Amino acid sequence: MPTSRPVIVDVGGVAVQLLTSEPELIYVLEGRFKKFLNPSAEPVFQFEITLVPDGTFDVDADLHVGGRQGHWIMQRGDFHAEWNVAERRGCIRQTLNPYAIDSVLRIVHTLVLAADGGFLLHASSAVRGGRAYLFTGPSGAGKSTIVGLAPHDVTVLTDEISYVKRCAEGYVAFGTPFAGERSELGEPASAPVSALFQLGRGIETRRDRLDEAETVQTLMRNILFFADDHDLTDRVLDTACDFAARVPAFRLHFAPDDRVWQTIQ
Amino acid sequence: MSAFVIRGERLAARKVGGEMVILSADDSSLFVLNEVGTAIWEAADGRTSLDAIADGVCREFDVDLETARRDISEFVTSLAGAGVVSLSEVERQ
Repeated sequence: MPTSRPVIVDVGGVAVQLLTSEPELIYVLEGRFKKFLNPSAEPVFQFEITLVPDGTFDVDADLHVGGRQGHWIMQRGDFHAEWNVAERRGCIRQTLNPYAIDSVLRIVHTLVLAADGGFLLHASSAVRGGRAYLFTGPSGAGKSTIVGLAPHDVTVLTDEISYVKRCAEGYVAFGTPFAGERSELGEPASAPVSALFQLGRGIETRRDRLDEAETVQTLMRNILFFADDHDLTDRVLDTACDFAARVPAFRLHFAPDDRVWQTIQ
Repeated sequence: MSAFVIRGERLAARKVGGEMVILSADDSSLFVLNEVGTAIWEAADGRTSLDAIADGVCREFDVDLETARRDISEFVTSLAGAGVVSLSEVERQ
């Protein structure tokens, strides 16, 4: 029997070790997470992955995350995973596609972040001058466009899913490998969050300050959170309120040209 | 006899800038209540009747009693349909 080979994926300083003996899957994982591989990191969690044939699960099944007392069960049409938080390990049965493990990692990080005062956000994000900026909004609002227009001195953390964690210096954004089929991987960089922008398309660039209530609403409409857990739901709302009190937020309408970056500071 | 309205249990709620932001733990649905809705939510303790809540809304906001009763009835029925509150004919002990 072939031995398992670890792939360590480090996002936001939380290293997750993925163990599989399937060469095809190792190839997929190393390609999917290439910028975020960190073989020397001490893993916080470990998942053993077993490949199953297509058709093993109900392909139409929606994502469901449930569990009690730190034992989470996550399932969808392309995977079934269990995770024991206290034992820091879990197992994943999945078909051979990169989106299954991508989804499991997103869920794991949302649960870890929810407990620690952070969140994953439907937002692009970028670093300029040592400060991070988050750009959120519904599909088509311009999240990918705005980072695509970024000048050369800007480091794109992600064009799809932002990772925000409460640290000693405040809220810090980290790069993520979580991307859709047409997206690029972000860079594995980080910086304190300087502002949140709620995007909208416009014929000219216009920036208006959001109040705290509007900021909380914007965050809550865009935070990724999957678990039907009352305590964690409470924590996520607390975090959104705390973020809104500490980080300035703006509604930003922009025409798709690079002058929009003159207003981002 | 006036009914009583009770806030749901599997919810997280925070008052931000005078508005109540409510998040459901069951499906992460988000509800945002304006000032009047927030006043009704805060009074929804299962012991304050809808009539008493309407009286309070009339005192606090510029609205007549008939309009307040009708609007509150529609509002709590809508929230009950979303699982955010429940209605009872019996006062909670």
